[in-house]
Amino acid sequence: MASDFSETQDSMNLEELQRKLIVAARTETPSDRVPYAFEKRVMARLTARQSPDELSLWAGALWRAAAPCVGIMLLLTAWSLFGRAGAGAPPDLSQELDNTVLAAVNQEASPDSTW
Amino acid sequence: MEPIEAELIAAVLKGDAASFEPLVERYSPRVFATARRYARRESEVEDIVQEVWFKAFQKLKSFRGEAPFEHWLMRLAVRTCYDFLRGHQRNRETTFSELSEPESDWLERFVSQPETAQENAEAARLLVARLMEQLAPPARLVITLLEIEERSVKEISALTGWSVPLVKVRAFRARAEMRKLLAKLAKEKYL
Repeated sequence: MASDFSETQDSMNLEELQRKLIVAARTETPSDRVPYAFEKRVMARLTARQSPDELSLWAGALWRAAAPCVGIMLLLTAWSLFGRAGAGAPPDLSQELDNTVLAAVNQEASPDSTW
Repeated sequence: MEPIEAELIAAVLKGDAASFEPLVERYSPRVFATARRYARRESEVEDIVQEVWFKAFQKLKSFRGEAPFEHWLMRLAVRTCYDFLRGHQRNRETTFSELSEPESDWLERFVSQPETAQENAEAARLLVARLMEQLAPPARLVITLLEIEERSVKEISALTGWSVPLVKVRAFRARAEMRKLLAKLAKEKYL
């Protein structure tokens, strides 16, 4: 069977077949026909690509900004919860807020304070 | 480069996109003819040519004007066709069992009396198109440019961006791949 195949291959002369097929391909010149109004279509798409919708630009930018914002928020939350916990006794948040808001009043009330 | 062409390109680079249209109009026939060597369906051909023009528009800044615009564009066209072939290589057929009757007849004639099998026969053209579709993308590109379009190795190197030795190596491998396919064809057809 194998010898039959090699005989067929020999009789077929693959080199010659390849040469003939290449010559056949050379005889066929592809058409250079351009579809009707093709250049108009290309230009329309190019212009559409050039001027993207303003709203979509904003939406894209805001979406891209969302992830870093969430990241920063999480970091600050973690810092305020755990970062200060290791500093000492748990602070009295209400007292601290009170002091901060009334800092100016407390300073005026104190007679020792000098500038 | 023609003076008017240089003016058009300069205008596009300054932001006048409309000046690009005459270039599209002038060179589309050549780009279409090139794309039709690599894609059979007309919709695919159109997609390739559109892609070539989009790339040309985007990369126009990189055109220095030292060589003709047409050469620069054809480099872009060949590379886009190559990308297309690589993107569609899964669609390659792997069998010769579906040869049409004229193709089979032409082969029979070639086996019995090689000299009577005419190279300009439609069946031979169909057969070679079928064969080309089964080649790997680099092999198909190099056979098309080197054997069918009869370009020099140096020209192919400039068109594809491959080095001269790489073109030679790929041409050698492409011919071997083609011969392997022909052997497969002989085996499927006659065993």
